[in-house]
Amino acid sequence: MTAEVNTRGSLRTRLALILTGGAAGLAVILFVVVRALSAQIAQQGQDNVLSASMSSILDSALVRDGRVSLDFPYSSLSMLTTDADDRVFYAIYEGEVLLSGYDDLTVPQGVTPDRSRFTTVAYKGEPVRLATGVRRLIGADGQRTVSVTIGQTQDALSNTLNAISRNVALLGIGFFVLATGLAVWAASFTSGQLRRLTTSVTRRGPQDLSPVSKPVPSEMVPLVGSLNTLMSRLDHTLTQSEDFIAEAAHRIRTPLATVRSHAEATLQRVDHAENRQALLSMVRAIDESSRAAGQLLDHAMVTFRAENLEKGEVDLEEVLRELVQRMSPIADMKDITLDLVAQDASVLHGDAILLQNAFRNLIDNALKYAPAETAVMIRVDGRKVTVCDGGPGFAMDEIHLLSGRFVRGKDTGHKVGSGLGLTIVQAVTTAHGGTMTLSNRPEGGACATVQF
Amino acid sequence: MRYCAILAAVIWAGLATAQGWEDRQVFGTGDAPLRVLSSTDTSFFRPIIEDFIATSPEVSVEYLVTGTADLDVLFRADPTAYDVVISSAMDLQLKLANDGFAAQLADVDHPDWAEWHDSLFAFTTEPAAIVINRAALGDLPVPRTRQDLIELMRAHPATFDGRVGTYDVRQSGLGYLFATQDARASETYWRLIEVMGRMDARLYCCSGAMIDDLIAGDLVVAYNVLGSYAEGRSETEAALTVILPSEFPTTMMRTALVSRQASDRPVAEAFLRHILALQATGDATRFPLPPLAAGDGPVIGLNPALMTYLDKMKRDTFIGEWEDAIVQDD
Ligand SMILES: Nc1ncnc2c1ncn2[C@@H]1O[C@H](COP(=O)(O)OP(=O)(O)OP(=O)(O)O)[C@@H](O)[C@H]1O
Ligand SMILES: [Mg+2]
Repeated sequence: MTAEVNTRGSLRTRLALILTGGAAGLAVILFVVVRALSAQIAQQGQDNVLSASMSSILDSALVRDGRVSLDFPYSSLSMLTTDADDRVFYAIYEGEVLLSGYDDLTVPQGVTPDRSRFTTVAYKGEPVRLATGVRRLIGADGQRTVSVTIGQTQDALSNTLNAISRNVALLGIGFFVLATGLAVWAASFTSGQLRRLTTSVTRRGPQDLSPVSKPVPSEMVPLVGSLNTLMSRLDHTLTQSEDFIAEAAHRIRTPLATVRSHAEATLQRVDHAENRQALLSMVRAIDESSRAAGQLLDHAMVTFRAENLEKGEVDLEEVLRELVQRMSPIADMKDITLDLVAQDASVLHGDAILLQNAFRNLIDNALKYAPAETAVMIRVDGRKVTVCDGGPGFAMDEIHLLSGRFVRGKDTGHKVGSGLGLTIVQAVTTAHGGTMTLSNRPEGGACATVQF
Repeated sequence: MRYCAILAAVIWAGLATAQGWEDRQVFGTGDAPLRVLSSTDTSFFRPIIEDFIATSPEVSVEYLVTGTADLDVLFRADPTAYDVVISSAMDLQLKLANDGFAAQLADVDHPDWAEWHDSLFAFTTEPAAIVINRAALGDLPVPRTRQDLIELMRAHPATFDGRVGTYDVRQSGLGYLFATQDARASETYWRLIEVMGRMDARLYCCSGAMIDDLIAGDLVVAYNVLGSYAEGRSETEAALTVILPSEFPTTMMRTALVSRQASDRPVAEAFLRHILALQATGDATRFPLPPLAAGDGPVIGLNPALMTYLDKMKRDTFIGEWEDAIVQDD
């Protein structure tokens, strides 16, 4: 029995999406951050070299014969050699006067001796990183201010950055692929645990309500715990109901049997017609009650089991043959013959006890409502079972009501019955996915057909 | 302002033409003119240019020869007037490239150390040499190092007085490059120059003139002569001995660049690539200059440090010291 379950989304998909989405996000963040960091570091590297070069030029400044001169070493510029052969520009000023270098280089203003300045400008059509430093010289005629600006294009820097970007991109993609793999694995592992639990619960027999004993991940413990509790409650309730039904049947029938035997004994000793009549009514009422109790309990049992069929391989012919054998004493008493005809009888996948109960009720009706010295025909034809008798048949005006609860025909006379027989048949048939039809034979007699 | 600049450039160009080239030759009869501004003697470039014209007959090459310093001034004044610039003054060439006068060439298969910024390409390695006229030296020992030369001159002033020669670094870009690199390498240079000054050294614009005077016997020794030029002549003139100073050789690389404002960039690039390709063949008849050689000792590096001595202040200081050492105000 698979009940309709409302579905919204999939844990596995959602988990995988969240994890891969997260991984993608992280990969992008990784790329951006590492790139930004390495850009900063690479720029820092260039700035350091520029700064060293600028300082070594500035250090060579001195006042000689009243003139500022800078006799800077070869290394000042050679340290600016790069793989990408970056171009180098510089300008040396004393105050506002260019001493040497490139006069059109835009030199930042307001640099103080205690702090060198780094700027990026466009010069000769290329971005150029500039380092500017200032030094105060004390000459005979007072203070002189010398400023040195040294610039370098950024080809090597951008080559480095491009190489880093490529590597970091590869790293990011690698990370993403790995994380995605992990995400898919984690998602399917998680849902695998759930699926395993589901399988172990689904595979159980209908009577198996034992707790789940296989170890489960701690997150699933509450669920499995509740499931176990639910099943143990269910198990308890079911056992109780079954016990209760059996107990109740016993409790009602036994005293009724006692009362009946007393009433019959008394009937032997009573001569007065009125009293005998009363006692007879009493016996009949007891029979009715007993029958009603029996049928009620059977009905309850059928209703209960119909929810959870205990299925097995049921050979229709065999079940009916056994029933016929068991009921033939009663039939013999009424001089009724039970004929069983089987043709390609099927083996049904169903609940043997319920099916037996249903067929018994049909045969029971035939024996009850058919007159003596008639024959009851029981036919098994594939998955179809028909029980026909030679009695009066169903009253056509009420035939569609007869399978209702406690519904009995008008002309049942004083035949004992509770009106639950056909109800039980109907319930069993429906539970097995079949249909029950009532009809009359043209030559007279009732026919009840059950088609699975 | 702009107009004035153009006018000035035109006048400059006019003056340059008027003052005449060391040499000016046109090769080929093609319609596409290629103007090569060079400091290298035509004799060395003739086979190279003819080889190029053989593969590209549509080109006619105008080969203009002038001194290295002059060449730099001319080209800076009018970069549109020349397509390829070839010079032995590595520092001036590197500064041209640094200042954005040179075009960047894509995918040139050339060693990294012989190329700068994909725009300046070295195609020879040529050491600076001491060249001696054996006959004029007499039985004096042949000096092997600068120190030997100093001692020899000090010991025999009569032999050398007025008969030693070197570059006038004020006139020659290559001479200035050799001088500054020597001075950077060792103090010996200054002592040598001082002694040469005392010997009343003659100063020259170019290697060719020094070799001429050596052959003529006017000079006993010339210092920092281009080895390649001297080698070429010493094969014919048995009297010349070319010595590469053994303590520290100064080796220069001749470089070429394509003007960024070349009128026909593809042809100019093709010519430069052709020079580099010929250099790589190592065939002395097709490429009469000494090809690139990484192994023979240190070579002046192609890097921004070459611009150090081009700095106005440094140049003024250096020239000042050099003049103090060599120029005798009698
Ligand atoms: N074979 C039959 N022939 C004629 N009428 C029948 C036959 N079987 C059932 N009926 C009619 O249908 C009614 C309902 O039958 P059902 O078996 O449900 O109840 P019941 O036989 O009266 O009581 P019980 O619950 O004891 O079987 C009967 O009361 C009877 O009128
Ligand atoms: Mg019945």
